[in-house]
Amino acid sequence: MTDEKIHSIRKKNNLMLGLVLIAFVVLVFSITIAKLMGGSTLEAYDHVRRPQLEETK
Amino acid sequence: MTEVTLDTTSEQPDFGNYVSLLKPRVMSLVVFTAAVGLIVAPGSINLVLGFASILFIALGAGASGSLNMWWDADIDRIMKRTQSRPVPSGKVTANSAMLVGLWMSVLSVGMLGLASNWFAASLLAFTIFFYAVIYSMWLKRTTPQNIVIGGAAGAFPPMVGWVAATGSISIEAIGMFMLIFMWTPPHFWALALFMNEDYTKAGVPMLTVTHGKRSTRKHILIYTIFLTPFCIGLAFTSIGGPLYFILSILLSIMFLMGAIKLFRRAESAAVADKYFEERKVFRFSLFYLFLLFSALLIEAGLRTLNFNLAAWPQVF
Repeated sequence: MTDEKIHSIRKKNNLMLGLVLIAFVVLVFSITIAKLMGGSTLEAYDHVRRPQLEETK
Repeated sequence: MTEVTLDTTSEQPDFGNYVSLLKPRVMSLVVFTAAVGLIVAPGSINLVLGFASILFIALGAGASGSLNMWWDADIDRIMKRTQSRPVPSGKVTANSAMLVGLWMSVLSVGMLGLASNWFAASLLAFTIFFYAVIYSMWLKRTTPQNIVIGGAAGAFPPMVGWVAATGSISIEAIGMFMLIFMWTPPHFWALALFMNEDYTKAGVPMLTVTHGKRSTRKHILIYTIFLTPFCIGLAFTSIGGPLYFILSILLSIMFLMGAIKLFRRAESAAVADKYFEERKVFRFSLFYLFLLFSALLIEAGLRTLNFNLAAWPQVF
């Protein structure tokens, strides 16, 4: 096997591994969001008043 | 500065070789049965979490496939059916297969635990252990009951899917487990009837090798008879229904007829038509399992749309 051929195979392998890792990061992030939301929306108080989060009497 | 030189003597494995270590065809069946287990379970699961759970169950199955290829490299080299696998064909070293298998196991179990729950993750860990250690390392080379007990490894995925969705085991999950568990022996023995030479050469004590083909034909029939009540019984659980019931009756009759045909066949007739009927039963058995699980999926869909028969009896 020539050097050139080996380089081209390794380049492709690295690229594929990179894509798999990116997909994994996206998946872990999505899982995190899904777990945090737990069926409701992800909203909280900030420095500004959020009337929609206040309990209505 | 260090100089890096390339090792040009050995083959350079490409990405596809690593993918085939995970046995993609087995994985596709696992994805399907695990997905059915997860979807037919009561309650709703977040789409992302459901997708991630199925993905990591499949990855766990892939990990056990890779460990199996590492351990069985010596016999895979001998058998025609497995000679082109990445390890026996020299594309990936046995050591790499082991490392891929171990790391994928850790990753899939850990991630399934985070995405769903730790009960599902421990079941997946047990499945990997069962396939790689109990089946590959121990039973496969020692007893003709290898695939009967080893079949449990293939039967776990729908149960893991169910547990990922509900957090507990129930009669429905056990029903799906038993369906695959009882289906595995006739399925593999039909294969062994026409792949016998491979197993004899490799010294794997399949039933065809240790007890002969006559006895194997008898075993196929007996196991198919025992499979039938599990197949039809699932219709009377909360995941069954009239559609599944009708299909299970039809498919059971067809499978039994195939098994009876194989039982009555003389070896000379099988050799004469190159195991035509045996191949047919083997292919049919795949179709059988696929259709039954599809029917469970359709029943779940009908229930969601409220198209269910209120009078349908739920015995189990």
